[in-house]
Amino acid sequence: MDPVFLSRLQFAAATMFHFLFVPLTLGLSAILVYMETKYARTGDETYLRMTKFWGKLFLINFAVGVVTGITLEFQFGTNWSRYSEYVGDIFGSLLAIEATAAFFLESTFIGIWVFGWKRLSAKAHAGVMWLIAIGGNLSAVWILMANGFMQHPVGYTIRNGRAEMTDFTALMLNKFALLQIIHVVPSAVVLGAFFVMGVSAYHLLKNQHVDLFTRSFKIALVFGLVSSLTVAFTGDLHAVHVAEVQPAKLAAMEAHWETQSRAPIVLFALPDEEAGKNTWELGSIPGILSFLGFHDFNAEVKGLSDFPKDERPPVLITFLGFRTMVGLGTLFILLTLVGFMRRNRLMESPGYLKIMLWAIPLPYIAIEMGWVVAEVGRQPWIVYGLMRTSEAASPVAGYQVMVSLIAFILVYGLLGAVGFYLMTKKAIEGPEPTTELETV
Amino acid sequence: MELQTTWFILWGLLWAIFFMTDGFDFGIGTLYPFLGKSDTDRRMMMNSIGPLWDGNEVWLITAGGVTFAAFPKVYAVMFSTLYAPLLIILFALILRGVAFEFRGQIHSTGWKRIWDAGIFIGSATPALLFGVVFANIFRGIPFDSNGLYHGNLLMLLNPYGALGGALFMTLFMLHGANWLAIKTTGDLHDRSVATAGKLWLLTVPLAILFLGASFFATSLYDNYFRYPALFLVILVTVVALLAVRYFIVEQSFFKAWFASAVTIVGATFFGIAGLFPTLYPSIVDPGASLTAFNASSSPLTLKIMLLVVAVFLPLVIAYQTWAYNMFKGKLTEHELEY
Repeated sequence: MDPVFLSRLQFAAATMFHFLFVPLTLGLSAILVYMETKYARTGDETYLRMTKFWGKLFLINFAVGVVTGITLEFQFGTNWSRYSEYVGDIFGSLLAIEATAAFFLESTFIGIWVFGWKRLSAKAHAGVMWLIAIGGNLSAVWILMANGFMQHPVGYTIRNGRAEMTDFTALMLNKFALLQIIHVVPSAVVLGAFFVMGVSAYHLLKNQHVDLFTRSFKIALVFGLVSSLTVAFTGDLHAVHVAEVQPAKLAAMEAHWETQSRAPIVLFALPDEEAGKNTWELGSIPGILSFLGFHDFNAEVKGLSDFPKDERPPVLITFLGFRTMVGLGTLFILLTLVGFMRRNRLMESPGYLKIMLWAIPLPYIAIEMGWVVAEVGRQPWIVYGLMRTSEAASPVAGYQVMVSLIAFILVYGLLGAVGFYLMTKKAIEGPEPTTELETV
Repeated sequence: MELQTTWFILWGLLWAIFFMTDGFDFGIGTLYPFLGKSDTDRRMMMNSIGPLWDGNEVWLITAGGVTFAAFPKVYAVMFSTLYAPLLIILFALILRGVAFEFRGQIHSTGWKRIWDAGIFIGSATPALLFGVVFANIFRGIPFDSNGLYHGNLLMLLNPYGALGGALFMTLFMLHGANWLAIKTTGDLHDRSVATAGKLWLLTVPLAILFLGASFFATSLYDNYFRYPALFLVILVTVVALLAVRYFIVEQSFFKAWFASAVTIVGATFFGIAGLFPTLYPSIVDPGASLTAFNASSSPLTLKIMLLVVAVFLPLVIAYQTWAYNMFKGKLTEHELEY
């Protein structure tokens, strides 16, 4: 049993599971900030019921997100000790800053938010939700800063047999990290918005709590429209930067084998990684890949064949992941545009509401695929160009990792099932009939 | 003071604060099946720490993060050699966290019973294992200069390690019982006070035994004989432990809780002061031991992190104190959220 392979599986499973919950925490906290601020400013009871209803779902989701996040911080030590030793000087400090400067804020104030309804004024209580949202999103910023270093290491030098920080400012201004931040944070808002729209659509289709859910839907619609456009725009910026600093990843995203100018994009292909070509391709449009990567139809795009075999990422997963993400991202823009045109006729649009209900899982798939493209596409490097994943694992016995991997799968499987059951149950139950502060 | 020395102290301090804050959460979770006779009792117990435990737990993440940032080699070797116990602790913490949130979501006895078990297992396991692991660190861990671990999970349960586990667990339960005495009323309050008294009687012999066993099983006292001023740490800890008893009898439960907090910080620093400058000693190859000087980050990282900590820790302490203050006083039945 190869501990490296098992550790990779375990880390992928743990991260992807954690990342099922984090985006909703980020996105929904932003929407809750809007709802509760609206209540604090207008005193309109509907906004309070709305805040409490979405807040209930937020808290269940938050609990699973937090507990699965703690294991991630420690897995760098348990499973990736060579990596931790090599880049801890930089990577470790970014994680420590995340805990000290952001996660503390979110976790301390979440307790105050849950228990503080009667101890705080409406305005102060809404302010607490602001702090939760700020803390959560700042956490994401620091984690993406840390990931940005793995993607495109800057501000360091190799000294004493490890990477040591030389320039903190360069680390903070790492273009790769900044592009990831402006791409990932709004995509969490897309997910939160589609969640709110989907659950609202369920109740609107049942013709219950119409006022509350029409308003919820419309609020989320604005968040969803703006964020899905932002995600597409920043995704384009991000792809251009990837083309520049991670050409192998770009080539894998597009299953692009031969270096050429006026490089074509293929709508679909079946890459054969052994033979180093696509078995078949569908819909090849010349020049488009050059344009996407370099904003120039004639630019030369490096193909995978120009990279030694041991420096190519897995092509099929990266290629399919990217296709799925982009396809879904486009769909999100269309769906929110349709919604925007029908925003005042929601109750007369059952077809659209049905689609939005069934669309709830789609942003989850898209955001997970985005993570897959970023992480699988970075392989075989754990830190791009600096350290290989195969050199990074802990010197622990394979059987130990096997046992923990099985435990992760069992515990997380169970956790996921219970979390999903509770979220569904509470979402279907709908809001409390009236606002009684006494019986939250 | 040198950067590395400063960071060594901060490292110890963060672990101590984690044990002091989340310690009473662990203690209450461990006492949960014993003191929580009725559903209301149990909800009272959960709600007594409801607004605070989430923030308390972040001290663990910060202690881990700071170990990573300031002493990356310690983070790497410590957590990979303690692979099994650490993952067990993490799974337990997962269970505890979701149990708090899930228990009240469905009103069925069977459902609640599952999460009742979750709260107990999720609290008692870390309480015990943190003690076992830290006692073993005081004693030395069997790893070589390549960071390879030569042992297994059961070896951690050597007599000294087991004693450390028992001491930590009892201290956390005492600390938790003191908190319950502050927060609850009626029958639950009376039983909490009685339990605190009994736990104190158990803590004293365990503490004496641990102090004595440390002389034979570890080399912690070397530092104490070299710098006798360090004996003050032990003195403060012992006085604090005695004060716990005094304040319980006096019915000053907040002071009793404060004294048990000081005892926990003192007990942690008893080991930390003895270890200095070593953070993670090897029992098989002293040359492999990781110290503040051979395992630290670069001076630049240490300086930047010092700045971060200097700005944010006071801020965190300020808003957490504000939160503690907001939820001070006795719990009432109509403000139970869990």
